[in-house]
Amino acid sequence: MDFSDFLYMRSELSLLIVVIFLLLYDIIAGKKSMVYFQPIAIVLFAIHTIVTIIPYGTGEAFGGMYQNYPMMTVVKSILNIATFIVFLQAKNWFDTDKFKNERGEFYFLTLITLLGMYFMISSGNFLLFYIGLEMASIPMATLIALDKKNLKSAEAGIKYILSAAFSSGIMLFGISYIYGTSGTLYFNDLPQLIHNTDPLQIMGFVFFIVGLFFKISLVPFHLWTADVYEGAPTNVTSYLSVVSKGSASFVLMTLLYKVFVNLIVEWQTILFWIIIISITLANLFAIRQKNMKRFLAFSSISQAGYILLGIIGGTAYGMTTLVYYIFVYVFSNLAAFGVISTIENKSGKLNIDEYKGLYSTNPILSFVMMLAMFSLGGIPPFAGFFSKFFIFSAAAQQGFYLLVIIAVLNTIISLYYYLLVIKAMFIEHNEKPIPAIKSDTYSNVGLVICSAGILLVGIFSFFMESINQYSFGI
Amino acid sequence: MNFLSIFVLIPVLMILALFLSKKRNQILGVMVTGSTLLIGLSIYLVIKYIITRAGGATDPMLFTSTITWYEPLNIHYSVGVDAVSVAMLCLSSIIVFTGTFVSWKIEPLTKEFFLWYCLLAIGVFGFFISTDIFTMFMFYETALIPMFLLIGIWGSGRKEYSAMKLTLMLMGASALLLVGILGIYFSSGATSMNILDIKNANIPLNQQYLFFILTFVGFGVLGAMFPFHTWSPDGHASAPTAVSMLHAGVLMKLGGYGCFRVAIYLMPEAAEQLAPFFLILTGIGVVYGAFTACVQTDLKYINAYSSVSHCNLVLFAILMLNQTAMTGAVLQMLSHGLMTALFFALIGMIYGRTHTRLITEMGGLIKIMPFLGVCFVIAGLASLGLPGLSGFVSEMTIFVGAFENTDAFRRTLTIISTASIVITAVYILRMVGKFLLGPLQNQEHAKLDDAHWFERLAVIILIAGIVYIGSFPTDLADMLNNSIGNVVAQVMR
Repeated sequence: MDFSDFLYMRSELSLLIVVIFLLLYDIIAGKKSMVYFQPIAIVLFAIHTIVTIIPYGTGEAFGGMYQNYPMMTVVKSILNIATFIVFLQAKNWFDTDKFKNERGEFYFLTLITLLGMYFMISSGNFLLFYIGLEMASIPMATLIALDKKNLKSAEAGIKYILSAAFSSGIMLFGISYIYGTSGTLYFNDLPQLIHNTDPLQIMGFVFFIVGLFFKISLVPFHLWTADVYEGAPTNVTSYLSVVSKGSASFVLMTLLYKVFVNLIVEWQTILFWIIIISITLANLFAIRQKNMKRFLAFSSISQAGYILLGIIGGTAYGMTTLVYYIFVYVFSNLAAFGVISTIENKSGKLNIDEYKGLYSTNPILSFVMMLAMFSLGGIPPFAGFFSKFFIFSAAAQQGFYLLVIIAVLNTIISLYYYLLVIKAMFIEHNEKPIPAIKSDTYSNVGLVICSAGILLVGIFSFFMESINQYSFGI
Repeated sequence: MNFLSIFVLIPVLMILALFLSKKRNQILGVMVTGSTLLIGLSIYLVIKYIITRAGGATDPMLFTSTITWYEPLNIHYSVGVDAVSVAMLCLSSIIVFTGTFVSWKIEPLTKEFFLWYCLLAIGVFGFFISTDIFTMFMFYETALIPMFLLIGIWGSGRKEYSAMKLTLMLMGASALLLVGILGIYFSSGATSMNILDIKNANIPLNQQYLFFILTFVGFGVLGAMFPFHTWSPDGHASAPTAVSMLHAGVLMKLGGYGCFRVAIYLMPEAAEQLAPFFLILTGIGVVYGAFTACVQTDLKYINAYSSVSHCNLVLFAILMLNQTAMTGAVLQMLSHGLMTALFFALIGMIYGRTHTRLITEMGGLIKIMPFLGVCFVIAGLASLGLPGLSGFVSEMTIFVGAFENTDAFRRTLTIISTASIVITAVYILRMVGKFLLGPLQNQEHAKLDDAHWFERLAVIILIAGIVYIGSFPTDLADMLNNSIGNVVAQVMR
C-alpha cells in the first residue's frame, strides 16, 4: 500500500481533523474562550463541507476494505449540509442556562456519529460497515440522553441503545450466515457467491436487512422511534431524523444494488410489503399525535417508506431519485424541526394545540413551518412535490403501479395531518397564543437556508441533474 | 421567452410586489394593475391567434416553445395554445380581474388574501398554457392548495370542515392523476412528456383502459363529476366570494379541459370504449344536480348544485365525442364560467349587506337594490337558457350534438338530460321569486344600499361577456372549429 490510498478518504480525514481540533479545544479552553466554541465549530465544519463538496473519483483503499464512488461523496455532502443546519439551529438550545456547559459534547459527539456514517457509506467490507454503524449509534445514544436531568431524555437514551444493540445483534447474526456460506466479507467478492437457491444465504440476508430496517425505523421495526424522538433534545431529534435516516437508506440501497444483486426477487418482495405497511401505518398513527415531535416521528417513518420506493426498481434513475429525495427531505424536515426547537427553547410549548393562532404573533415562523409542511406533503411549487413525483416515477417506470397507487393515496392521508398543523397556525384562534419570539441570528440563518432549499431545489433542475450524473444501477 | 409565459410571470411578479407593499392602496393597486395587464395580454393573445390562423397556420398548437427542464425524465417546460386554451385563458383573466374588484373590501389580512389569490392564478394560467403533462399536473396542484387557506381563513359557515374536505378530495383526485400521467408517459414510450409527442405514440389498449379511468376520474373530480361532486357544494358555500367565483368559474373548468386535453386526446380508443359508463354517471349528475338545487334554501348552495349540474353537462358533452357536442362543451365551459362567477359575485354582495343567504329570510330585495336585483335576474335567465344569453347557445349546441349520435342509448340519455333545462327553470324562478320579488320580509333590509362602483364594474363586465357569447356565438364556434376538429380526428383515427 502507499499513501495515495488515503487520498480517497479525504472527506473522512478532513472531518477527523475537525473532530480532534474541537475535542482539544473543548478540553484546553478556559471558560472565557468557550464563548467562541460554537462559532468556531460552525466555521470549521463549514470549511470542511466546502472543501469536500466536489465529488471525486472512483477508487478503493486497503485492498477493497474502503470504497469510494462519486455518488457517495454526494451523499456525504448532503449529510454535511444537514449537519451544518442542525449546528446552526443548536445555538438557541445552548443559550439556555441548563445546557451551557454541554455544547462541547454535543458538537464532538455529533461529528463522531457523522464520521461513523461516512465509514458506513464507504465501506467495502462488512467489518468496516459494522464498525461504522456502531460508531454512528453509540455516541447517538449519548446525544439522546444529553438532557441528563430529564427522565424522558434518559429513558429515550436507554431505549435507543437497547434497540440499537438488539438490531446490531440481529444484523451480525445475519452477517455470520453470509460469511459462513460464502467465506468472505468483501463486497467485491460477495455478489458472485450469493445465490437465491441457497436458503441459508437468504436467511442471513433477511436477518441482515432487518437490522438495517431498525436503523431506518420502518414498520414493524419502528417501535422505538416515537419515544426516542420525543425524549431526545429537539436538535438531536432533528439530526437523528434526517442524517441518520438518510445515510442508512442510502447504505441499504448500495448494499442491495451491489452485494445482494442475485436476491433481487426476494428483496423486491420484502420492500414491497415493508413500504406498504410503513407508509400506511405510520400515516394512521401520525394523525392521532398531539406532540409535535411524536407527530414528526411518525411522519418521518412514512417518509422513510417513500424513500424506499426509489430502491425497489433497482435502476440508476431510482438512485437519483432516492438521493434527491433525501436532499429535499433535509431541508423540509430541518425547517420543521428548526421552528419547533426555536419555539420549544423560547416558550417551552410543544403541543399542536398550543400552536393555534401562531400566525398572529409569529408570522415568519409560521410561514416557514407552512413551507415545511407543504414540502413534506408534496405540494408544488415546493421541492417536496418534485422529489415525491420523481420517486414515484422511479417505481412506476419499473411497473410497480399498484405500489405507486397505494403510496400516492397515502400522501392524501399525510397531507391531512400536515394540513392540521397549518390549520392550527393559520386558521384557528387561541386566547393565549405563543408570544412573539425573537430568535437569534444563527437559527434564523438556518431557517433561511431551509426555506431557500424548499423554494429553489425543486424549481431549478440543476440539483437533480447533477445528482443524476453520478448515479449507478444494478 | 415565449410570450405565453407572461401569463404566469405576471402573477409571480404580483406576488413579489404584494410582499413589498404595506398599505391597503398599494395592495389594491398591485392587484388592479396586474389583473388589467392579464386582460390586456389575453386580448392580445386572441387577436394574434386569429391573425395567425387566418394566415393559414394549421398546427394543432400555436406559439409553441420548449425548454428542457428535468432532463433525466424528459420533462420540458413547454407551452402552446389552441383555440380552447385561448378561450379558457380569456375566461380566467376576466374572472381574476372581476374577482379583484369583488374582494375590494376583504378583511382581515388583505395582503395574505391576495397572495394566495395570485398563487391560485399562477396555477390556473400555467395549466392552460402548458402542453407538457408534468407541468400541467404541477400547475394543477398549485391551483388546489391555496384553496385550503383561502376558504379556511376568509370563509364563512363550516369553513374548516369544507376547506379540509375540498382539499383532500381534490388532492385525492390528483393522486389518481399522478399515477395516470406516469402511466401514460411510460406506456406510450414517447420521447418526452409533451402531449404533442405522446399523441403520436400508441399506448397499448389494455393499458389505456386503466390510465383513462385514472385520468378521467382524476380530472373529473375537479369537474364535479357525479358521484365525486360532494366537495363542491360545501366548498363553494364556505368560500369567500372571489374564491367561489374563481373556483366555480375557472378551477372547475380545469377538470373539463383536462379530460378533453389529456384523457380523450391521448387515449381515444379507451375513451370510445368506456364513454357509455361515464356518460351514465355524468347524465345522472346533470339531472341530480338540478333536482338538488330545487330544494336548497341557501343561495350559495343553490348555485353550487346548479354548477354541479352544468359542469356534469360539460363532461357529458365531451364524452359524446363529436364535433358539435364538444364545441358545445367548450361554449358551456365559457358560459358557465361567466354565469356562475356572476351569481357568486352577486350572492356575495347581497350577503355582505343582509348577512344572510337563506332565501326564506329575504324578500322584495329588488326594490331596495334594483341594480343587484336586475343583474341577478339576468344571471338567472342566462342560467335557464334564455335565447340571446350564453346559456341557451351552449346547451342548445350540446343537446343537438348529443342527439347526432344515432344509437338508442345515447339518445335516451340525451333526452333524460334535457330535463335539466326544465328543472333549472324551476329553481331559478323559485329563487328569484322568493327573495327578489314579493313584499319586503325583513324591515331591517330597507336601509341597505345598492352596489358600489367597484361592484358594478365587476358585474357589468361579466354580463357583457354573457351577452357577447349569447349574441355572437358563431365567431367563437368558428375559432374553436379547427382545434376541436383535431381532438375529434384523434378519436376517429
